[in-house]
Order: sequence, then C-alpha cells, then structure tokens
Amino acid sequence: MNAPHKYLIKGVSVLGRPKTDLLIQDGVVAEGDAKGAEVVDADGLVALPGLVDLHTHLREPGREDAETVESGSRAAALGGYTAVCAMANTSPVADTAGVVEQVYRLGREAGLVDVQPIGAVTVGLAGERLAELGAMATSAAAVRIFSDDGHCVSDPKLMRRALEYVKAFGGVIAQHAEEPRLTEGAQMHEGEVATRLGLTGWPAVAEEAIIARDVLLAEHVGSRLHVCHVSTAGSVEVLRHAKARGVRVTAEVTPHHLLLTDERATSYDPVFKVNPPLRPASDVEALRKALKDGVIDIVATDHAPHAVEDKECEWAYARPGMLGLETALSITLSVLGEDWDLIAERMSRAPARIAGLDGHGHDPVPGAPANLTLVDPAARRVVDPAESASRSRNTPYAGMTLPGRVVATFLRGTPTVLDGKAVK
Amino acid sequence: MKHLLSAADLDAATATLVLDTAAEMASLAGREVKKLPTLRGRTVVNLFYEDSTRTRISFEAAAKRLSADVINFSAKGSSVSKGESLKDTALTLQAMGADAVVIRHPASGAPHRLATWVEGSVLNAGDGTHEHPTQALLDAYTMRSRLGRLAGLKVAVVGDVLHSRVARSNVALLATLGAKVTLVGPPTLIPVDLRTEVCYDLDSVLSDTDVVMMLRVQRERMNDSYFPSEREYARRYGLDGPRMRKLPEHAIVMHPGPMNRGMEIAPEVADSARSTIVEQVANGVSVRMAVLYLLLGGKS
Repeated sequence: MNAPHKYLIKGVSVLGRPKTDLLIQDGVVAEGDAKGAEVVDADGLVALPGLVDLHTHLREPGREDAETVESGSRAAALGGYTAVCAMANTSPVADTAGVVEQVYRLGREAGLVDVQPIGAVTVGLAGERLAELGAMATSAAAVRIFSDDGHCVSDPKLMRRALEYVKAFGGVIAQHAEEPRLTEGAQMHEGEVATRLGLTGWPAVAEEAIIARDVLLAEHVGSRLHVCHVSTAGSVEVLRHAKARGVRVTAEVTPHHLLLTDERATSYDPVFKVNPPLRPASDVEALRKALKDGVIDIVATDHAPHAVEDKECEWAYARPGMLGLETALSITLSVLGEDWDLIAERMSRAPARIAGLDGHGHDPVPGAPANLTLVDPAARRVVDPAESASRSRNTPYAGMTLPGRVVATFLRGTPTVLDGKAVK
Repeated sequence: MKHLLSAADLDAATATLVLDTAAEMASLAGREVKKLPTLRGRTVVNLFYEDSTRTRISFEAAAKRLSADVINFSAKGSSVSKGESLKDTALTLQAMGADAVVIRHPASGAPHRLATWVEGSVLNAGDGTHEHPTQALLDAYTMRSRLGRLAGLKVAVVGDVLHSRVARSNVALLATLGAKVTLVGPPTLIPVDLRTEVCYDLDSVLSDTDVVMMLRVQRERMNDSYFPSEREYARRYGLDGPRMRKLPEHAIVMHPGPMNRGMEIAPEVADSARSTIVEQVANGVSVRMAVLYLLLGGKS
C-alpha cells in the first residue's frame, strides 16, 4: 500500500464562506504543512460535507441487472455522497444478519461510499411478524434503521411493537406510509389527471392517514419514527402538528417530489411512475416550503434503478421508481438556491444524525473527518441517461438542464471522484 | 391525423369531418356492392389483448369494406409475465408492414406507448379505463342522425363512469362538439375532477334530457363496495319503463353494449322505439370506415 495521499484543495469556499485552502491528510481535514500535497484547484467551487442518503435502492442481492452495490456506490459518489443507506427490499430481503452483512461487505469492497444497510421490519416484508431486528443491530452491519420500504407496516399492532422494540438499541423505524386498502391497483395520484388518463388513483389520504396514526403511536410509546418520501401537503400538516407536540419524528422528501408533478403521467411513459406518485403543483409547493422551514428534515433520493424491460412497457405493468443519486444535489440546489448551510443540513448533517452515522455530516473544517464533496455551482448540465453510472437508465430528468456539478468527492481523505469522474 | 388515441385529441373540425365522412360511408351500406377500393394494398392489424368480438368484427368489417388486408392478432392469453412484451409485438407488426394497428388493451395508455414504437397509424379500440374514441364518435354520429344536431344537446351519462372508457371519450368529444353532459351515478362511481356536471339522482335529470346513455355496470363492482347490491343499484340507477316515460317525447336511450338487462337497463327500455342500441352497432362500422379512411387513405 502506498502511504495515504495528501491533498490540498486550493481556493475553495466552505459552505459559501470566504475562500480558503483545505489540507486533507490521514483521513481528516488537517492543518499544517501542505508540502508534497497533490493540489486540487477549487477556484469557484463550494465544499460541502459529504452527502448522506437515507433512502437508496442498490438492488443487490437479486437484481444485479438493474444495479449493484458497486454501480450504485459509484453513482452516489458522483452525486456527492459519501454514505448511503441501502433499503431492505432486495432478493432475498435484508431481513437477517446474513443479508445485511453481505450488503455491508459489498459496500466496503466497492469502497466508493459507506454503504449502511437498512434492515427489514418484518420477515420477507410481508407485514406479518418481526424480523430479527436485534440480530441485525448487533451484526457487523450495525443496523439502526429498519424499514419495509416498498410496503407499509400497515398493521397497527405490529408497527407499535416495532417502534417499541428497537428502542433497546437506539433504532428507528422508517415507514413507507401507504394504507394498502386505499391504494389497491393504484397507478398515480388520485386527481384530475388520473381521471383524465383512466389510471387508478392513489389518494393523498392513504399516506396522511398512516403518518397520523404513526406519529400518535410513536408518541404513545416514546419512540423515534422516520417517515419516508413525504409527498403531500396534508402529510406536511400532520408532521407540523406532531413536531409541535414534541413527537420524535423526522421526515424526508425526494428530489422528484420537489420538482415534478403528476402532469408528467400524461405521456404514459412509466419513467414517471413512482411510489408514492408524483403529486400536483400545490403539493410540490408545500413540500418545498416544508423543506425550507424544517418540518421536513432531509432530502433523500429513493434512488430506484429498474431494468429497461420493467419500464419500456405499459404504465400499469411498469415497476415504480426512478434514479436519483446523480441528480439530487442539483435539484435541491434549484429548489433551495445557493443556501449552502441549509443544503448541508438537509442533505448531510441531518440524515447522518438520523442514521447515526457519526463519521459523516461534519462540515469540512480542520479536525473533521475528510468526507466532503466539491461542487461547481456555476456549471449547468443537460441530463443524459446514457451517461449515468447506474446500471439503469430510468431517470425522469432526461434532457433537462440542471444547475451545479459535483467536481470531486472524498471519502475518509481518499478521492472517489476527481474532475467530475469516478476514480474507480 | 396520424393516430386516433384519444377523443380528447380531436378538435371540432376534425370530429365533424369524421362524422360527415361516416355519413358518406353509410350511404354505401345501401348499395349492392358495399366495397370501396380506397385502402387496397394497405394492411390493418387488429391487435386485441381483450375479448371483444363486437368491436373487433366492427373494425374488421370497416377495413374490409375499404379493401384493406386485415390481420387479426389475438394476444389474449399471452400474459405479460410469460408472453411477448408490447414493444416486441409492436416491432413484429412493424416488420410485417402494418399500415395501421387497431389496439384493444386492458392497460390505460397502451395505444400511446404503441404509437411510440410503430411507424404506422395506431387506433385506440379501447384502453383500460381510459378511452374508446371510436365508440364516442359512433355515439355522436347516432345522436346527430336521430336528433339532427349535437350543439346544445343535453346528454345524461348514467352508471359506472369511474371505470368507463366509453364515458371518458364521450365526455371529451361531446364537450368539443357543444353538447352538455351530466354524469349520473352513485358518488362511489363518479371520478374526481372530471370537470363535468354531476348529479346523483337519476329521476331529477330525466325530464330535461335529450339523450340518456346507460353504461354497463360490472357485477364485480358490488364486491368492492361501490354499491351494496344489484337490486339497490337497479332501483336507484337502472332505467326502467316508468323512468323512461319521464323523458321528453323526442329523447333517445343509448347503450354501448353489452347490456345487463334488468340491471342498468330494463328489457322494456332496451327494446323500445327510443332505444338506438342496434343502430349504434350499424353506425360503428361507418364511423370506423371513416376513421380508417382519414388516417390511411385521406391524403394519398
């Protein structure tokens, strides 16, 4: 092994502050002698703490044709991420210590981001009995977030037990809020567009009813709750109310719910099919506002790669989900503007806190772990699906011009991205 | 006009052109030789993913009367998991040189997808709960021939609007052509935000309506709690003799078929002089001839 490299990031603006130089050495942001350091010209670039994604589908094991831990890690690094939380709905499901350890190990081997596995709440995501949550918590993967994402833990008793049980090891339940009886056969947001297109509606109340129930359950048992992909104005109001009461609840919003509306379904192109579905502009507006004022804590991608055949088909037969890792920062930037401190909070510090990832979410200042990303805010790029590092191509942003570009990403002092390209 | 995917895509001029052309086609039906040479050498594929003998036969008759070669491709039974994808089927039809594909499919929007994969014209013959544009055209044709006009007509569309592609196409087309539509049915079967007049009480609309269009109600809907029982549905929303007698003298009763006699429509009504149900079938062939002619033959 070569001795760890030294890097001098010259003329960078840390979170929009005046220009400075950052020395990266021995895995931390250092002070001292920069002699012999490799210089990274960061004129015009902004340094952010490495982004943390609380909601990533890496598809391995099971659907390696759509994504692998390695390809997803590469997409993440290119998007400015240094850590991603891998959802449990793989095949086999990540509901045992064995599977979460496998994913954890694959992440280590890829070495592009820290891959933190999420464990399933129930065996096989079936919503019937608890998976061995404790075994996953004490495994090498040290799982702290548990989620049946893709499915809702809809049984109230089971949800209560899960919320209570994970208190023993500081866990949190991340709920996919969708009352299944209200969304049978649902294809898109229930509203004017769905009516016109003849697609079965997914009503906002199906999400809001579960969030309302869950915040009351979390309050009742004194547990932490995290709400995945909040998509409606009504959900925001439920969360606002719960937070005002002191309920320990956090919430995420996806980039696509911040940018796209249900009008996109008019093409019947399933690249716009996602769960929860794209909502009308009034919801998008409420989500943007909630992200700014903190009712929604974080941006999480819900990066969901799908093979071509699962999207090049009829809308009703397509799988829901869209890519997100490589575009999330640009979209957040377009929504929040160049408020770098707020972006760092919503995309790095807060998700790191929720996930309990102590080495992440620290501003790149001397003494901090060198998990950081450098962004060129002046750059504009046109999204080309063929350029994605993901194995899949199902980005809903094809052809759109987005602001900002990740120039470099460092994971514990080692570059994973340089000059906008993955190092390996 | 390249494709006919949705009645909502038709402007008033185009829709009127289809109806006028259909009238010319209808005049053929009285001749001894019912065939025109217009589409000789052109290939029309009927691609049916759902059973629908009446619609398929209607399209087949229409294409044959225009001298087109017709290929019937019944894709039913080739499930999505086991069978060929729609895209691969589209490429196959493309390779065979289909000039037009008439598609009936259980998934809303399938014709729109198909249109992105083939070079020929795509005709929507009913997609999921979305649209059935030629049905709306033949309904408009029927209304116009019976009542002499469309603008200003009061049309009540009664029944399971939520799941009805016929209703969606009719609402769109009739609005374009200046008729006034009222949707009637239980609130559970009226979709949100269709931007049309809604009434939950059938009796209150009958005395002031020119057309009553009864929709087929699937008995399965009962099991999904859209309404409590067939009997209650028939009592509240079925068109029976006493209700029919509340209609103005000139009013007509339509049904796209197949009917559930005794459920949404009483036999007495279906077989009455007001009923246009058999006429609708005959008009279907003329309207489909007109559409095929305008899509394939109109320009050459």
